[in-house]
Formats: sequence, C-alpha cells, structure tokens
Amino acid sequence: MTPPITLRGVGVGGGLAAGPTVRMGRPPELPSERPVTDGDAEAALAASALDTVSADLAGRSLEANDPTASAVLDAFSMIAADPELRDQVIELIAQRLDAPHALYRAFEGYREMLIGAGGYLAERAADLADIRDRVIAVVLGLPMAGIPDPGHPFVLLADDLSPADTATLDPSKVLALVTERGGTTSHTAILARSLGLPCVVRCTGIMEVADGTLVGIDAGGGTVAVGIPESEVAAIAERAEALAASVKSVSGPGRTADGHPVALLHNIGSADDLGSLDDSFEGVGLFRTEFLFLDRHDRPSFDEQRQAYAAVLKAVDGRKVTVRTLDAGADKPLPFLDMQPEPNPALGIRGIRIGMRSVDVLDEQLAALAAAAGDVPDSDVWVMAPMVATAAEARWFVDRARSHGLTRAGVMIEIPAAALTAHAILAEVDFLSIGTNDLSQYTFAADRMQGGLAELLDPHQPALLQLVALCAAAGAVHGKPVGICGEAAADPRLAPVFAGMGITSLSMSASAIPAVRHELSRHTRAECVAMASSR
Amino acid sequence: MIQRTAVVASSSGLHARPAAIFVKAASQCGVKVRALVEGKKPANAASMLAVLALGAGPGTSVTLESDADSPEAAEAVEHLATLLETNLDEVEPEAAG
Repeated sequence: MTPPITLRGVGVGGGLAAGPTVRMGRPPELPSERPVTDGDAEAALAASALDTVSADLAGRSLEANDPTASAVLDAFSMIAADPELRDQVIELIAQRLDAPHALYRAFEGYREMLIGAGGYLAERAADLADIRDRVIAVVLGLPMAGIPDPGHPFVLLADDLSPADTATLDPSKVLALVTERGGTTSHTAILARSLGLPCVVRCTGIMEVADGTLVGIDAGGGTVAVGIPESEVAAIAERAEALAASVKSVSGPGRTADGHPVALLHNIGSADDLGSLDDSFEGVGLFRTEFLFLDRHDRPSFDEQRQAYAAVLKAVDGRKVTVRTLDAGADKPLPFLDMQPEPNPALGIRGIRIGMRSVDVLDEQLAALAAAAGDVPDSDVWVMAPMVATAAEARWFVDRARSHGLTRAGVMIEIPAAALTAHAILAEVDFLSIGTNDLSQYTFAADRMQGGLAELLDPHQPALLQLVALCAAAGAVHGKPVGICGEAAADPRLAPVFAGMGITSLSMSASAIPAVRHELSRHTRAECVAMASSR
Repeated sequence: MIQRTAVVASSSGLHARPAAIFVKAASQCGVKVRALVEGKKPANAASMLAVLALGAGPGTSVTLESDADSPEAAEAVEHLATLLETNLDEVEPEAAG
C-alpha cells in the first residue's frame, strides 16, 4: 500500500479524528448553452427547480439548531420563491435562453444590484450566490451542495462552510471538518470550536481527495494524513478518546506543569453566556456590554443597566468580572448617540472615542456599574475601555472610572500605537487586556471580515506576537496584570507561548477553556519561556 | 387606488426577520401591493428581493399602494402597514404574521 501523504493546514483547537471522507458538493459549473425548442417545458423546469430549493430550504429552516439560523434559512426559502425573480427567469426563457442560463442570469442581476447597494445588502449577495447554486444544481440534476448524509460517520471536506451549511450540521454524524480555504476566525473555525469538532482550515489540496478515502486528522498540528490503513483509523479513534479523557481530567485554575498560574477566564455577552459554573471557574475576562445598547432607539436606563450588571456579578459569586464599556462604531449606528456615517468606520469614532464625545452615556454606564457593584457584596469589578490609542486617553478613562468609585480600571490594547507605548499606558492604569482580533486587523491593515486575508489575521504571525510580548514585558516591569481576550487566547498552541511571555490571563469562550488548560499543564514555565523566545 | 404611508418601526429596519414577516404576509393577502420608498424603485411587497432592495432602515417612510379599490385591498394594505409600524424584532416568531 502506498504510504499516506500529509496535507497541511491550520488546526483549530485540538483533538484527533479519523474516518472516511465525503466532500460537500461544489458549486455547479454551467454547461454550454443549448438551443431551446420547447419554451414551456424549459420554464416548467426552471420553476420546478426554484420550488424544490424553496421547499428544501424551508425544511432546513425547521430543522435548524438555533433561531437565528432558522430565520436565515426561512428568508432564503422566500428568496427562492420570489415572484419577481421567477418573472425574470420566465422572461429570459421566452428570449430562448435555456433554464440553467436563465436562472443564472436572473440571479446575477439581483446579485449585482445588491452588491451595488453596499453595506448590509452587499453581504446578502453571497447568500444569493448560495441559493443560485442550489437551484442550478437541481436543474442540472446534480446533488445540491449541502451537508452530505452518507449514512455513517464521516470527515467532511469542503471549500469553506457558510452559515446555511453549518446550521444543520449534526456533530454526531461528522467526525471532523477540513476546508480548503478559511482561517482561524472563519465561520468554520468558530463552529468547530463551539461543537468541539477537530478541524483543519486552509488545507490546500484537500478537495482533490476522493470520497471514501480514509484520513487521520490532527487538529493540534494542523495536519491531515491522507490514505491511512483501516487499522490506523481504529488506533487514532482510541488516541482521540484518550486525549479527550486527558483534557477532561485536568481541572482547577489554569497553570503550567510546575504550577505557574495563568488565569483562564470567560468571554461573555450577557449573564446567559455563563451557563453552569464549575469549581474550575476563575472569572470573566471580557464582559461585552453592547447587548444593552444595540438594536434599540433609546438608551438603556440607568436601572436597566444596573440590573443587568448586577445579574452577572451575582452569578459569578465573588469571582472577578472585567467589564468592557460600550464598544460601538459607525458600522453599527446607535440612534441615541447621533453618530454620523463614516467612510471608514473601523478607523473612525468608535470605542472610547465615542465615550469621550458622549460623556454622559459613558458616565451613566460607569455609575450603573458602580451601583451594581455596591448591590452585590464581595463583587470584584474590573472595568476597561476599548480602542484606546494613547496614555492620555487611558488616563482620562481611568480618572473617570475612579471618580465613580470603580477601583480597578484598565484599557484594552487593540491599536498598535497603544501596544508600542504600553509602558506609558501602564503607568496610568491598573491592568491591560489585549484584544488580538482588532490588534491583528490594525497591525496588518487587513479587514477582519475579509476571508481572503485570513493568513495575515492569523495570531501566529510574528508581528502580532511581538506586540503581545511588548505588552507582557511592560506588565512585568510595572507589576500589573496583562491578559488576552481575543480569539488568540483560545488557541491551545499559543497558550504556552503567551505564558512564557508573561501574560497573566487568557479569556475565551467557555468551550475553549479545557483544551487550553490541558495544553498549559503539559509544559513547565521554563519550557514556556523557551517557546516564547523562539517566536 | 388605495394608499397608506407607514414608518418602519423594527429595530433592524425592513431587513432580515421583519422583511420576511412582511413579505410573507404580503404574499398571502391575496392582493397585489406595492411598497414605495423615496429614491428607490417601487417594490412588489411579495418579493423578498425587491423589498430588501428598498434598504429601508428604522424610521424610513414607506408608502403602500394597491390599484384595486376593494375592501379586501384596504384590509390588506392596513394589515401590512401595521406590520411596518410594529417592532417585529421584538415579536415572538409564532405570534408574527
């Protein structure tokens, strides 16, 4: 038997898996145009394809795992049944275009219109392409793109996965995910992490692997062994179980093998995200407060805020909660803040800049937070401002927070300027929290939302790690905590590196904590330092 | 012709779920209704794509029109106007439409 070949990509989380592959259908290619002899039959073909896809999407909407996915699929179903679209298709067929091309042309017309409109509508253009591909696959008699169901557990291979695909993904049937494109912040990666599925993204060449090939996935190393023997599959499955048991067996606060602590904290958007807290719970490293402010006309009242903050403080039973003040920008406008549209919202008035211009809104938030802290005995509230660029801004914020009686005030490091002047900033604050998602974006001048720039936004990039090291070193000199709350904190392979740099806490979504805790426990502090200095 | 102007009350505007609820109601009401927003092409209220293309955010004025003059048409236009004037983002999925 020929030896297996190894394909490399970027691993997400950790974990092992092995099994037969199945590729998700690729978007269909249009065959060349054919002459239309029976216009009515052609129109009926097109209409039937639209109906089939609309019904299929409606069915998926009902099966979907969560209400948002369900609503998205419901809207897609309605688009497939859209009467204007249908009229367009019929018109094109009357002009003697065959059904596949008429469908394609009609969808493209709407796609271009949406892209031209920009903003929210432009994002829907990709959805339209997804629906178009389903309809064309049906009219060509090809299997519809979508999660396959071969009747046995399998490793799913795809170009990339869209929200419509992942909404109905059944983790009991899928052993692992491997995609040709994407990155650690792509939709596939986020889904894999939340489902605990071993996953490798940006694995070039994976779509050439024929269905039914036995593969071994190593999400920790980011490799896929293609063409392994049956015996190896069983061995990997055993190792996967042992690894999972080993990860589960490590509990308690985050620490290296020789006991050097690195606190493992939760990122939450509301009290609901806390779930049930076990003995290993150490606190909240990022409490996003936007849920109180977004999607409403008037600002939340002082009492509403106070109650919401107190709910979280009560639930954590004395553990620390790090609250981030309102982080809004022109891309998600808040009517009560009178924000002007901006050409570059990511580079505009956002985060603390809004706080400095609408001081009453910030003051009310800080006052509500202080009141909530007073309402809950033994609470440990830390407050931080987003998008701080200079020591002067940091000083302004901390003074404000302390004037409300909040004793632990810090700032987020998301802007290269702030990372480079970490020493000056640390002189003004009690702690730093590095938001690696935005820090990557601004350091590499790469839009976080741009899938094609995933490689630049990878947290393993040396430039990002150097900025983190700068902040950690400054923290050590000042004797103040420096934590990470961006997606990088959830990467088990980076945890020892960050620990070696002197990072004091890693905050992530709860599901990512066990793998990080496990990885930290496997290295001594000295090993972590060595790993950090080799980056 | 029946005409009624309403202001979009949904927090996310006439997008996503509110649009879906509105379009579904329009396609089931048995009457052809147009939705007009200043500066945009008139939209068939039963067409998801046309309604989305209106790009009607919260606070946008939308005029609903029906060429028919019947009581059914009046009822349909009124029902759709009420949907526009409701914050559909805060309505439970089962209760809407």
